[in-house]
Amino acid sequence: MSDAVKEPSMLLQKEMIAKNYEAITSKNETGRKVASTFVPGNLNELLMCFGIVNNLPEINAIQNGMRKLSGSYIMEAEKGGHSEDVCTYVKADIGMMGKGNIAPNGKPFPEPDVLLLSYTGCYTFMKWFELLREQYKCPTLMLHVPYEGDGHATKNMRDYIVRQLREVVIPGLEQVSGVKFDIDRLREALRLSAQAEEHLVWTLEQGKRKPSPIDAYFGGVYYIGPIFTAFRGTPEAIAYYEALRKEVQARIDAGQGPVTPDGGSFDDQKYRLVVEGPPNWTNFREFWKMFYDEGAVVVASSYTKVGGMYDLGFRHDPDHPLESLADYCLGCYTNRNLPTRIDILAKYVEEYEADGLLINSIKSCNSFSAGQLMIMKEVERKTGKPGAFIETDLVDPRYFSAANVKNRLESYFQMIEQKRRGAAKAA
Amino acid sequence: MTIDTTSKPTESMPTETMPATAEIVERCRSLYEDLDFSAARAWKAAVPGRKVVGFMPVYAPLELIHAAGCLPLGLFGGGDQMEVIHGDAYYQSYICRIPRSTVELGVTKRLDFVDGMIFPFVCDVIRNLSGMWKLMFPHVWSKFFDTPQNFDPEVGGRYYVEELKELRDGLGTLTGRKISDDDLKRSIALYNENRRLVREVYAFRARAPWKAPTSEIYLLMRAGLMMEVEEHNRLLVAYLAAAEAEDRPKRDNVRVAVYGSFCEQPPLNLIKSLEMAGCYVVEDDYALVNRFITEDVSTDGDPLEALATAYLKHSVETSCKYVPNEEDKGKYHVAQVRKARAEGVIYATPSFCDPALLDRPMICRRLGEAGIPHIAFKYAENSGQMQPIREQAGTFADSIKLWS
Amino acid sequence: MRCFIGIDLGSTTTKAVVMDENLHVLGRGITNSRSNYDTAAAVSKQEALVDTRLTLFRRALAGVPEVSGRVGEILADLERNFRRVQFLEQLDDLERTCIVNVQGPRFAGRETAVIDVLEETFRRLREHSAALFAPGARRKSDFFRDLAGSDFMQIGEAVCRDAGIGFDLILNVYDKSIITVENRPPAGDMEGKFLRALEQAKLDAGLVEKPVRDALAIPLEETYVVGTGYGRVRLPFPKEHIRSEILCHGLGAHMMYPGTRTVLDIGGQDTKGIQVDPSGIVENFQMNDRCAAGCGRYLGYIADEMNMGLHELGPLAMASTKQVRINSTCTVFAGAELRDRLALGEKREDILAGLHRAIILRAMSILSRAGGVKDQFTFTGGVAKNEAAVRELRKLIKENYGDVQINIDPDSIYTGALGGATFAVRAVVN
Repeated sequence: MSDAVKEPSMLLQKEMIAKNYEAITSKNETGRKVASTFVPGNLNELLMCFGIVNNLPEINAIQNGMRKLSGSYIMEAEKGGHSEDVCTYVKADIGMMGKGNIAPNGKPFPEPDVLLLSYTGCYTFMKWFELLREQYKCPTLMLHVPYEGDGHATKNMRDYIVRQLREVVIPGLEQVSGVKFDIDRLREALRLSAQAEEHLVWTLEQGKRKPSPIDAYFGGVYYIGPIFTAFRGTPEAIAYYEALRKEVQARIDAGQGPVTPDGGSFDDQKYRLVVEGPPNWTNFREFWKMFYDEGAVVVASSYTKVGGMYDLGFRHDPDHPLESLADYCLGCYTNRNLPTRIDILAKYVEEYEADGLLINSIKSCNSFSAGQLMIMKEVERKTGKPGAFIETDLVDPRYFSAANVKNRLESYFQMIEQKRRGAAKAA
Repeated sequence: MTIDTTSKPTESMPTETMPATAEIVERCRSLYEDLDFSAARAWKAAVPGRKVVGFMPVYAPLELIHAAGCLPLGLFGGGDQMEVIHGDAYYQSYICRIPRSTVELGVTKRLDFVDGMIFPFVCDVIRNLSGMWKLMFPHVWSKFFDTPQNFDPEVGGRYYVEELKELRDGLGTLTGRKISDDDLKRSIALYNENRRLVREVYAFRARAPWKAPTSEIYLLMRAGLMMEVEEHNRLLVAYLAAAEAEDRPKRDNVRVAVYGSFCEQPPLNLIKSLEMAGCYVVEDDYALVNRFITEDVSTDGDPLEALATAYLKHSVETSCKYVPNEEDKGKYHVAQVRKARAEGVIYATPSFCDPALLDRPMICRRLGEAGIPHIAFKYAENSGQMQPIREQAGTFADSIKLWS
Repeated sequence: MRCFIGIDLGSTTTKAVVMDENLHVLGRGITNSRSNYDTAAAVSKQEALVDTRLTLFRRALAGVPEVSGRVGEILADLERNFRRVQFLEQLDDLERTCIVNVQGPRFAGRETAVIDVLEETFRRLREHSAALFAPGARRKSDFFRDLAGSDFMQIGEAVCRDAGIGFDLILNVYDKSIITVENRPPAGDMEGKFLRALEQAKLDAGLVEKPVRDALAIPLEETYVVGTGYGRVRLPFPKEHIRSEILCHGLGAHMMYPGTRTVLDIGGQDTKGIQVDPSGIVENFQMNDRCAAGCGRYLGYIADEMNMGLHELGPLAMASTKQVRINSTCTVFAGAELRDRLALGEKREDILAGLHRAIILRAMSILSRAGGVKDQFTFTGGVAKNEAAVRELRKLIKENYGDVQINIDPDSIYTGALGGATFAVRAVVN
């Protein structure tokens, strides 16, 4: 395969990520402190208040998946007693430690100074950091975010999170960093966050256009990058989104679709899909190709909402800093109950005028996957559009069967095509 | 509903009519095997207006359900005797069995008499099932019950008291009757007694496991989660007396603790297989509910505060609860193994059980550090093949005998 | 005449159906799917065209009053002779290939002796072929590999014994050569072979010759070919000639039973539940998830484990009086499960009955996932031929969905190819 063609904004993002890895791996020289934390419920603005560098193990696992390293890491962890049944992000992370713990920039990962266990929307997070804590013996700060079981956040949930921020997280970070908490610093960062969030929402909503100038899944994972990781609340993130907006606007003006890794602009869009579930990372480009080769563009996705549902109106709020961090954590996609997820996806199918919902069911991730067959059924029922179901994994290459996935995708696209013809004939 | 707070059944039960263990166990077995829940249906039908509230593993404050005048009905999957058709339609092959069989129970109308459902926090699968239930059975009151992972009374405690209030109000709406503090205190007292008796039975088994086989204790506990607590208390007392009185042969078995089986339950055959393979189970976390709280819940002061304190301060360590200090991880297991004088641990988990499987390396490491031999294997609630289990457990038992 | 062909490249067998422009089926062909999908497609297509010729003969003979009532017999005789001609042709190919393969160190100095043995073996095979294709002779398979293979083992071993040469030597040559021959695209000139067969045919030669020759003179033009099935991506077809097996199965089932609304297909590697609308358009489908538990292959493993033929499983299961409950249809553990049960003293038929139920339970889940069963319900695929599986399915459909008409066509294995051929007609005629 030739090198993937990247847009300027992608290159910009690549630099930003490289810079963050540099900040992580040089901590012993710079004296900066490093926290490990998770993408959903990521409290980047708060970490910045203490000058702490943000390291996200999911992102490391993704990097290792795309670099074809995760397979051997997973096996390493399984050799060490981890079950083949459990999350491969965790195993890729643990296996990486067993194999030298080398960061994507080729330098060894230093030990984190604190584990910020932002426990939002995924049970496994709790065990993941219990496992890391066993290794690093560093302070671990649990921030328990209750699940929106009844479909909405309650005052009690919000108060509980704010109290944990006050009583556990902030004092803990002060102790680790030696920096006193300054709420005005937090307010400033939140102000910047809200601006970047505005840009992200604009970008994702361009999927409503025909042809869609973006791919909201394969391309979308790039668009969410800065906000979901170590850059929310920074001026760099705003610069990135400004550049991204220009690119998307240029494509809109030219009536073009998104740029594919093969370099072409994908204009001949036969099928518009909403996708539920994370992508597969080990065969990311091959997977993407199966879509654009068949003329399928993703116009909206739930994965681009795991780190916050900004499109539903939430913005970080400098006037209510801790409360808004609490609301942010509560509102991440996988912290919402199943009926809410169904409503959101059905709304996407309708508002983005999609041909249907495709579910990429991920073996690792029960938070996403358990119940997805019901999600499909219900979204079909609500929208009258057919759904489809494929299965892959996050970073376990053993679980990506190209022939199997391709077969199902083709069957799905042909069914949509046949139904259209049937409908045209009947009309 | 009248509540018998005294519950001293032994006094009114003359020894000559005292039931034998076999009789008690048989009754429990028929409750356990009855996937139509005839007894719970009969309970509901007996008095107009009665409500049944189902709950799933691993812990729910049954006192509240009881105080609302409802029957708490433990739902632990479908076992190995139910054919699952529609439940499988909802789940991929890499998801455990318990949500499938639970959905099957629902879809096949075996739970059509259940008025409310509580889905306690165990893992993401059960969490998501709570939402599916709302869609599948919109007329059933259902509640996802999230217990705190912060154990500071001022933080997690305050949150939990509010959650308990919400649960109490929900139950109140379901029954149309407010639950008073006194109602709740009476229920707490009954459940305190239940917990005491359960602990007594467990202690008895640890003392004389040949007199209280785990296959019997298991049925006694499972059945207890399907009947009124008053009745279960009487049954526990009767069983203790009967088991004590019976003479049973003592075998040259090793003493083991079983962990990892707190949610989806192993088939009864598996539990029997361990004993047949030479293991006396003297401690376990099967269907943890009635051992989740380890001490009496205070009946003084605010009962919700008391329930919260019990959860925060006196509950077991299990995979779905965060352990705030790294050095405390697995401590509970080691202490329990010592207390029950177990010689080894069988870490038996359902396939695809995230909580138990992710915990396994950490717990097993701690067991290793404490010099406690252990093995691990996986099962499903409908496992049919016992040969590999017998072989592994038998080898484990032999190795303990050989080396100790 | 214009022929429209559908080819269904399955994991176990490859099927082809030939249709005319009025959507009438002219012929069907089947072969084993080899490692070489091109050849499998070519062989199945040729088989379907052979069958088409027979259909044309039947139509031609319908106009000959003297043979009325005996057409079936005459055609059977003709086909038998045709098969023998074809078989001998392939046998010659196999012999030539074997002889070429007699080389290398293991034959050093023994080449002539081995070749002599081979020639003698093939001479006897040719001789024996008359019996193989004699009227009323039962052949356990029509695939060349199976026909040639079993005789080769018997005859070759005897010849080797007489010649004092180790059988393993020629067996090695055979194993190597059969794969080559099997994967060689079939030789053409079907018409020539029919003419030769006609010469050898015994029944009413005088009356039959003219109409058969006339029918043979009709050119069979391959107007449009559609490929489907699991191996379809490997077919050397342009993309517009490929349809997913879901669409083809849905349409094929509709062609067989126009009232079909729900289709269940249990194939070797997957199980599909399909909903179709009144015109055969797929509305929804579900396949088994990534795990292939409970698919046709599972029965294959069980048959291997029990050392039985696949077709013998159903009848044995029917003899069960006490079905054993089997909860796992995991293909990987099929053997272990079976041995465990046998070790417990359970009877083979009772275990088998339980296994069949387990497979059908799994299929029921897929149907449930696809939106349940609507009237009429059509069951297709290799497992639809298994009476024990069908019995369990009927029971479970009734319990779960009430009185639903259940259609099972004896030719249901051709459903996908039939749908493909229909798509081929539609691509041209509409």
